[in-house]
Amino acid sequence: MTHIVEAMHVSKVFHHTASGHPETALQDVSLTVEQGKITALIGPDSAGKTTFIRMLCGLMFPSEGQLNVLGEDITKKAEEVQDRLGYMPQKFGLYEDLTCMENMNLYADLHGIPEEKRTERFNKLFIMTGLAPFTGRLAGKLSGGMKQKLGLACTLVRSPDLLLLDEPTVGVDPMSRRELWEIIKSLVKEEHISVLVSTAYMEEAELCDDVYILNKGRILAHGTPEEIRNRSQGLSYWMPVPQGIPARVVQSALLDEEEHIEDAVPERGGVRFVIKRGETLADIQALSLYPSCKAVAIPCRLEDSFMMILREAQKRERLMEGFELDYTAKRHISSHVDIHVHNLLRTFGDFVAVDHTSFDVHKGEIFGLLGPNGAGKSTTFKMLCGLLPASGGELSVAGVNLRTARAQARANIGYVAQKFSLYGTLTVKENLRFFGGAYGMSKKKIFERMRVVLRMFNLEGREEDIAGQLPGGYKQRLAMAAGLLHEPKILFLDEPTSGIDPLARRTFWRQITALAAKGTTIIITTHFMDEAEYCDRMMIQDQGKTIALGTPDEVRKRGGDNLTMNEAFIAIVEDNRKKEAEENG
Amino acid sequence: MDNILFYLRRILFIIRKEFLATVNDPKSRVILVVPAIIQTLLFGYVASFNLDRVDYALLDMSHSHYSEELAAHLDGSGIFRRVATLGNTGQMAQFIENGEVSGVIVIPADFADKLVQGQTAPVQVITDGRNTVISSLVYNYVATIAASYNQDLHLGKHLLTVDSITWYNPNQITRWNFLPSLLPMISLIQVMLLSGLSVAREREQGTFDQLMVTPLTSSEILAGKAVPPLVIGLLQALIVLLLAVFWFHVKVIGNLITLFIVMFTFLLSCVGLGLAISANSKNMQQVMVYNFVVLVPIILLSGLATPVRNMPQALQYFTYINPMRFAIDAVRRVYIEGASLAAVSPDLLPMVVITLVTMPFAAWMFRNKLG
Amino acid sequence: MDDFLRRLTALIKKEYKQIVRDQSSFIIGVVIPIMMILLVGYGMSLDVKDVPVAVVMQDPSPTVQDMFSFMDGSSYFNPRYVTTYHEGVSLMDDRKVDDRKVDALVVVPPDFTESLRKGGGHVQIILWGVDPTTAKTAQGYMEAGLAAWQQAHMREYMTSYGTRLGMISVSARQWYNDANTSTWFFVPGLIVLIMTMVGVFLTTMVMAREWERGTLESLFVTPVKPLEIVLSKWIPYFFVSMGGFALCMIAARYLFYVPIRGSVLIIILASMIYLLTTLGLGLTISSLLKDQFIACQIALLVSLLPTVMLSGFIFDLKSTPEFINAVGHIMPATYYMELLKTLFLVGNNWGMIVKNCTILIVYGLFFFGLSVVVTKKRLE
Repeated sequence: MTHIVEAMHVSKVFHHTASGHPETALQDVSLTVEQGKITALIGPDSAGKTTFIRMLCGLMFPSEGQLNVLGEDITKKAEEVQDRLGYMPQKFGLYEDLTCMENMNLYADLHGIPEEKRTERFNKLFIMTGLAPFTGRLAGKLSGGMKQKLGLACTLVRSPDLLLLDEPTVGVDPMSRRELWEIIKSLVKEEHISVLVSTAYMEEAELCDDVYILNKGRILAHGTPEEIRNRSQGLSYWMPVPQGIPARVVQSALLDEEEHIEDAVPERGGVRFVIKRGETLADIQALSLYPSCKAVAIPCRLEDSFMMILREAQKRERLMEGFELDYTAKRHISSHVDIHVHNLLRTFGDFVAVDHTSFDVHKGEIFGLLGPNGAGKSTTFKMLCGLLPASGGELSVAGVNLRTARAQARANIGYVAQKFSLYGTLTVKENLRFFGGAYGMSKKKIFERMRVVLRMFNLEGREEDIAGQLPGGYKQRLAMAAGLLHEPKILFLDEPTSGIDPLARRTFWRQITALAAKGTTIIITTHFMDEAEYCDRMMIQDQGKTIALGTPDEVRKRGGDNLTMNEAFIAIVEDNRKKEAEENG
Repeated sequence: MDNILFYLRRILFIIRKEFLATVNDPKSRVILVVPAIIQTLLFGYVASFNLDRVDYALLDMSHSHYSEELAAHLDGSGIFRRVATLGNTGQMAQFIENGEVSGVIVIPADFADKLVQGQTAPVQVITDGRNTVISSLVYNYVATIAASYNQDLHLGKHLLTVDSITWYNPNQITRWNFLPSLLPMISLIQVMLLSGLSVAREREQGTFDQLMVTPLTSSEILAGKAVPPLVIGLLQALIVLLLAVFWFHVKVIGNLITLFIVMFTFLLSCVGLGLAISANSKNMQQVMVYNFVVLVPIILLSGLATPVRNMPQALQYFTYINPMRFAIDAVRRVYIEGASLAAVSPDLLPMVVITLVTMPFAAWMFRNKLG
Repeated sequence: MDDFLRRLTALIKKEYKQIVRDQSSFIIGVVIPIMMILLVGYGMSLDVKDVPVAVVMQDPSPTVQDMFSFMDGSSYFNPRYVTTYHEGVSLMDDRKVDDRKVDALVVVPPDFTESLRKGGGHVQIILWGVDPTTAKTAQGYMEAGLAAWQQAHMREYMTSYGTRLGMISVSARQWYNDANTSTWFFVPGLIVLIMTMVGVFLTTMVMAREWERGTLESLFVTPVKPLEIVLSKWIPYFFVSMGGFALCMIAARYLFYVPIRGSVLIIILASMIYLLTTLGLGLTISSLLKDQFIACQIALLVSLLPTVMLSGFIFDLKSTPEFINAVGHIMPATYYMELLKTLFLVGNNWGMIVKNCTILIVYGLFFFGLSVVVTKKRLE
């Protein structure tokens, strides 16, 4: 038996939905997972990835089609199949009141692993996941990345025949992500298990043997990463940017020229772009804006093809109004300091969450705050927004400490939280109107601005939709719309792109670029290291301490020569940890 | 002046948002109205210490003219229904034990003799002590009937006549005092739940941080969070009131405005308690548990089911911090006897104090329990 | 079978640790029962005692004083004596100012002794009707007291007594409740209340939490069977509830001296059977709703209020309209309540034990079965 999973024309329709209309989650999906291979399922939000994986576990049944897992019809022999599966849901249900060891033991007991086999297996898993020092810690007290690793360890208490992973790395920092993949890889090698993983990270998909691209419940493409990657062969280029113009502006110029360009991202201080098949560099008008910069061909990668395939299937949204950009405007950073942080300290008991951090953010700058899970980014953020008192040090935002300043001072800032945090039971319009009122705007002003932001974020026609029932990407847009309604001078964005797909991320950054050009100061945290390339300056925190601060170029060079931001980040953090360890003996 | 208007406008925005958030959800809409109606109807029917019907058994060992006449008086009362006539004392147990009768009336063999000789002729009522309230009621009914029979026996000639009147409630109907108590009772639970969950739910969903970064001040958020549960509580009280008046026909003697002021003050203190619990909780589960811990003594020590006067002194002192105790007293008196606002104002004072303590505490906790 | 036991033990161990570490279960399972026992046991009493009464002695003759001497010695009354009607009324009228001092007035007219001599004294009792229960009881005791005085003194005054007949007096005997205290009937009811609340609410809360936190999704894809999940909730909370039950029994016996005339063993057995119902009901609610907030609200609505109001805890179902009576008899709590009160205060009434236990077993199996059926290893 080589087909571990065999899906034939599988469809899934949900009849009892919040909106009352039946929704088709999957349509005519045919897919196979082969013995001993890692198969990736990639696709944008609400493509149907989670639904499909849940069906493989027998937690849902297909509406149509045949679904065989481990040689059995899953609708008939769900329990037998479950015995042989390992399944890690997007948010693994750890028992937070139990320690790591107790969680592991629970799953070992459920799977009937004899005591004598446990010690060895657990040791191996704990060492693999780096959880060995924390076996006695309550699961609820672990950081996000550690929780994911513990979740994986729990699913691996015994070697399953098929391992199903549903976006195991969402919200997980690059270090933990790399570690997770090393574990998966070595398992496949040593224990010959088969893996099906859904992911939003293209570099993860490149590590797999077989890739399916899923969009709106349909399979768009299938092949090895190489086959898929080669679809965009010869289309990828990199160009430097003229002195003084931010890479994101040049990238925007290219991205906006959608008739010729498939995709563009800032990379290594320049711009990486993919042209449409059949086009040549000469066709691209945007390039003529920057005559001094010459584009060079570079090898293509999976993400290029992914974007290409998605763009074919999905009409690109018109660029929303209000984000027009001067493609040749020089970087202008005023000397005015909007955010000043000096020796900022925050402790929780003995634990130092933010350790004497200092930085300034200038007006009109995009400032990126990066770091592994638990590095203190969110704590820093909360202190800046006045949500948490600082234990020591100075901080001022627009000249005041928001925690102690008059409430009106908060009108200067906009805040978009990590997870969707608008009122889920209110409609889009009701949410916006409420926040307008909360910011003390007049009725007329609210009405005007509401029209503007609805148009900006392409939410027109969705005014009466219940916010909680919007698809993921739209929720994020609504959050942005609400954050920008009162035209704040400073915008705080806490992992705004976590869990959203590459297409939506391009749009998001295109909007941020335009906002910054208009003089809005932006401070942002992210787990996608390549997104640091959009920033003017960035800071890397680890264990509460600042370990790098500077322009993306400077930071990248600190990590080594010719690295991507992701690689540089890992190098810097590991280097620093090594140094710390040496100092501490 | 402009400042005040500005302030009010922002509060209005929060109030509207809170209402929308509560009412947009069909599940919570149902929870707001249906339980209030069902509870009022159930309580209204069940919560009664008036017996419309007493099933009893007769053990007549006298077998005389007098004993038969006494039994006829009982049977003719419209309340007593004889389900068995017993022949000996041994038969009593089974009827009482199985709850088939609420009492056995025992007329001793020498009953008629004693009566004729001009002595006191005792009749015994044996009741089921598993419900002491019913027991004493049955005894009272029998005593009343016996008294009227005494009167008949003496052809109306009496040394002493006693007549009783009961102020405000001439027929001593317990429903009259239960239904008014339901006004504070039913709205209390809903208001504590709504205000208790309001902040905790926002914390759990992450919207509270979003709220805290707007220029809204803690006092504005507090006001905005306080009004919707208050209004919903008042509406529930209105539902109870309408059912009490139009379904159960219990008339309001007092002034409706006074009643409103009492309910308003009471619910304000409950909202204060609820918000204080909410602001101090991490998540909704904690609120449910805390609410439980607070609601149990509030209800048990309120005088709703049993009079406060019957409690031991120490517990009576404890009731001084229980707004419900004062609410029940004030509402009953306004509703049933028509007490004036001045007369019930001492009841309002503890509620005002509770509001003044809990509300600022909640507002302070908004900002100081974060992260 | 080995697998079954091993998995079950593992899940129970997990549940046990959660109970120990999460204070919510402790508060609901232990703190609330203790609080309720103490508050109900000490705080709630329907016994009319020391009713403040004002006797308006417009005729303060020795005869009148003698007539009311029954009050001074009685534990039912706490009398005070005033001389004018106006003074008396002002003690009870609290419509204008809040200074009510008495619950009842007894008005003796100025010419009372005179009228009595002529063969027709008249006394008026005025009661405060806002609390009709107290009013009615106080009235009964006062009338009885006055009647006794009349009986004793009739001959003395009524020389020209028409008939020579004596008078009927009514004496009361309460079976099963020698102490004549409402605590005796509250405490067994309280056990029902606590078992219902703890059972339903606790299981609803912990099961809904598992649905909400996604822990069940992970459990489902292990060899675990729905029956094991249900049992793993059922068994630990069974013991938590039995702990609350034990506290109640101890308090009943040693704090409130409630007699236990029936078999303790049957009380325990019946309680165990009853838990089958309440725990099953809680698990069913949470598995159906999967939302902690709504599930907890529903749990409160279906457990607490009906048990207080409809099971015969305070109010006797016999005196309610047929319809309500029927509704009350749909609820398992009603049968458990009847059984407990009887076992505590009466003794082993085998007919009732067999009948009610059978009904409870049927309910228990039904709800337990239902909870297993609705706990499907499915997410739709």
